[in-house]
Amino acid sequence: MSYVIEGKTGSWEIVVGLEVHAQVVSKSKLFSGASTTFGAEPNSQVSLVDAAFPGMLPVINKECVAQAVRTGLGLNARINLESRFDRKNYFYADLPQGYQISQFAHPIVGEGTIEIELSNGETRKIGITRLHMEQDAGKLIHDQDPTKSMVDLNRAGVALMEIVSEPDIREPEEAGAYLRKLRQILRYLGTCDGNMEEGSMRADVNVSVRKAGEPFRTRCEIKNVNSIRFVMQAIEVEAARQVEIWENGGEVDQETRLFDAARGETRTMRSKEDAHDYRYFPDPDLLPLVIEQEWVDALKAALPELPDAKRARFQSEYGIPFYDAGVLVAEQAVADFYETVAKGRDGKLAVSWVTGDLFAALNRTGKTIETSPVSAEALGQMLDLIADGTINGKIAKEVFEDMVETGEGPEAIVEKKGLRQVTDTGVIDAAIESVMTKHADKVAEYRSGKDKLFGFFVGQVMKETKGKANPALVNGALKSRLDA
Amino acid sequence: MLTGLTLTEARAGLEARKFSARELAQAHLDAIGRLNKQLNAYITVLPEQDVLAAADAADARYTKGEARLMDGLPVGVKDLFCTKGVKTTAASKMLANFVPPYESSVTARLLDAGSVFLGKTNLDEFAMGSANITSAFGSVLNPWKRQGDDAALVPGGSSGGSAAAVAAGLALAATGTDTGGSIRQPAAFCGIVGLKPTYGRCSRWGTIAFASSLDQAGPMTRSVADAGLMLEAMAGFDEKDSTSSNRPVPEFSKAVGKSVKGLRVGIPAEYRAPGMPEEIAKMWEQGIAWLREAGCEVVDVSLPHTKYGLATYYIIAPAECSSNLARYDGIRFGERKDAASLDGIYERTRAEGFGPEVRNRILMGTYVLSAGYYDAYYLKAQKVRTLIKRDFVQAFEQVDVLLTPTAPSAAFAQGENMDDPVQMYLNDIFTVPASMAGVPALSVPVGLDSKGLPLGLQIIGRHFDEETVLSVGGALEAAAGFAHKPTLHAEAGV
Repeated sequence: MSYVIEGKTGSWEIVVGLEVHAQVVSKSKLFSGASTTFGAEPNSQVSLVDAAFPGMLPVINKECVAQAVRTGLGLNARINLESRFDRKNYFYADLPQGYQISQFAHPIVGEGTIEIELSNGETRKIGITRLHMEQDAGKLIHDQDPTKSMVDLNRAGVALMEIVSEPDIREPEEAGAYLRKLRQILRYLGTCDGNMEEGSMRADVNVSVRKAGEPFRTRCEIKNVNSIRFVMQAIEVEAARQVEIWENGGEVDQETRLFDAARGETRTMRSKEDAHDYRYFPDPDLLPLVIEQEWVDALKAALPELPDAKRARFQSEYGIPFYDAGVLVAEQAVADFYETVAKGRDGKLAVSWVTGDLFAALNRTGKTIETSPVSAEALGQMLDLIADGTINGKIAKEVFEDMVETGEGPEAIVEKKGLRQVTDTGVIDAAIESVMTKHADKVAEYRSGKDKLFGFFVGQVMKETKGKANPALVNGALKSRLDA
Repeated sequence: MLTGLTLTEARAGLEARKFSARELAQAHLDAIGRLNKQLNAYITVLPEQDVLAAADAADARYTKGEARLMDGLPVGVKDLFCTKGVKTTAASKMLANFVPPYESSVTARLLDAGSVFLGKTNLDEFAMGSANITSAFGSVLNPWKRQGDDAALVPGGSSGGSAAAVAAGLALAATGTDTGGSIRQPAAFCGIVGLKPTYGRCSRWGTIAFASSLDQAGPMTRSVADAGLMLEAMAGFDEKDSTSSNRPVPEFSKAVGKSVKGLRVGIPAEYRAPGMPEEIAKMWEQGIAWLREAGCEVVDVSLPHTKYGLATYYIIAPAECSSNLARYDGIRFGERKDAASLDGIYERTRAEGFGPEVRNRILMGTYVLSAGYYDAYYLKAQKVRTLIKRDFVQAFEQVDVLLTPTAPSAAFAQGENMDDPVQMYLNDIFTVPASMAGVPALSVPVGLDSKGLPLGLQIIGRHFDEETVLSVGGALEAAAGFAHKPTLHAEAGV
């Protein structure tokens, strides 16, 4: 185990499991027709069902079920053809029904796995325990009135997927890799936008520590951590806190804690004694959710290619290294961009342009792949100009910069600036004659055995032709003239 | 007298233009004006001009020959059905001023069928009770009196206002809801017909929930045919209620009058409870004899888990109610009692907004769902419920319907059965099992006891076989020829 905490009494390893709440991408809420758009006026997206008016009943939104099934399939998980909804009962002002409809005993998705990759290149499998659907709560707003809190129910009833991992994570870095990979899969599937800042993906982190070979010790749950960096920090500080307690002869209490990013510490939110008794029971307003294997199969057949599969295909189809393929598939938009560029062209050349010059240009101009000033089609056309000898690699850099700046197509730029590569052997021969005349001394040195000077002559000829000469032709002609 | 008609008679009279819907409505408004103060059957009476406007619209359709199933028929609506723009209280202080901006699916169907709503009838608070004494708007009086005794009797519950209104001529018919007997027991106590349809037959959307897995709306009427007619108007699939059935709705009223010859009627041994009053037992025997005479074959059957019915019901119904009533927290609608903290608002609002019986049941329900008790109570009760349901399914492999008494006694006086809640809960002993199983059950008035109070018999049928239940009910009704009228009646002394 590479990550250990060295304490007074020896080495401690950490045990972490994550519960991720992922907001489902859907037009309407889990049990009502109200819209789910983020950022609308408070209480403008609330149906009578969401506000729990007397006699209102939930009706399941089939698209949300489909999204949960797609996600389950993307996590290589078992899909349960029969699942159930339960009520989780508690009182809070943002919970109109007085209960959250969730899936407690019979979730829609069972065991699955996620493969993560660490910075040292190792891969690990992290088990998924389950995925279930549930309703989100509303939001309390405390800064609108000096004495009152306001309730915004726009989010109340929006569908969430709670994705629970096994306690398989042993390092903060693994937790980060797990969350990034999960987010990547969700985004590929289009089932959650993975936007942690807007709260559409949030993590509860379960942390415990133990000596090697021990069974699990008491864990604490850190609620609602809203960035990957904070998850990793929270694990570190919480694990250190627990080690200190154990080593001082104390006992870690099972409790719910909060992570204070500003102070870099966790603190008690709810002790075990104050833990809610949620009084789960099957929601009598909803029938068991029964889905057909055929429907699951159809959803599976229509799934987009997922990152691991795409990475493997890029390696074999375009002959690019594992690492490069990983960089490309990290974001679906980049992978799509690359594939448009590489299709029917030199895949290796394409990856060097995309991850090299293009990424640099995006960085410099503050743009994203979606707003790239150079389209995938245009970059592809430029690679075609290289391939058919219209321009050489060096001129291509100049053309590309022009494309970034002006947004014009590569051919137009080549024409406008007269950058067409010189393949006329007469012009090249003339340039060679001129260089050899100017540098007769170097010619003599070369001919007396200093053949390293060959590169010098190539450079001079290219200079003479303003970089436009075809390097292969230059090489051939120079060789035969010098060696003659 | 217009207030003494059945729905079927009134419908025929309107069709023949013997009287107008306006006259019919006016007669009922007058009757309500005379008797409601005493009976307290209505919590809210609709404004006269609204009632008459609805009646005029019905008359216009009759004139054009476009009359609908329930056109112009004045009915009462249990104040548990949300009615758009009309105060809906559930007989609770919590919702004393709640005006829903929506119409329940059942009342919307009744309005579509042309019904004229008279008002919202009283009930036990949130439909929890068997005597209509837990209403925040006062108890309902049973229009019947014991001979030689002026004691105020209860109408049964929870649909006591509906039962009293129909019995006393303050509505031709009324909607009820039945969770463990809330239609059938008050129907029996007030000498009218009450039908609890199969669970899922009528949409629950817009009806204030008590126990979601049991609640079912149904008609309370003066004849079995009326119950069929009104159910036809109320029933049907509703995509807004996931538990509503998409089976087609038959013409229920046509089931009445069909021959019952050869039908097999089961008599469940377990319903012969020890301590059953002699008069109830006698009435049951009489009912058996009538059905035999009508050509039915009477068969002894067993429903072995009957004895667990009541105990199971009083776990499941409170469990669901404890959760269903959590939404009454004073935050979004209903009465709010302010306090310094959120918990304080909940505590004050719910302590002051709910009456003692509702609080009792919320506490019981919270208890049986609590960690450490769930398995012993709720889970066990669910298992027993499955067995009870299986009892019925197995019995219906041998017989077409079951015949039992509706309630273990006739109407009792206000103040009786009140010191012991369990005694009160025993009222539902014969009605609860059919609720647990979700099967349809009908109460038909068949006679009077020695003190002149009505008694009812219950016919229980297969899931979604209300038609056979109505056929047998019709035969029983014809044989019994129950034509007695209560002491307090719109026609008396006019």
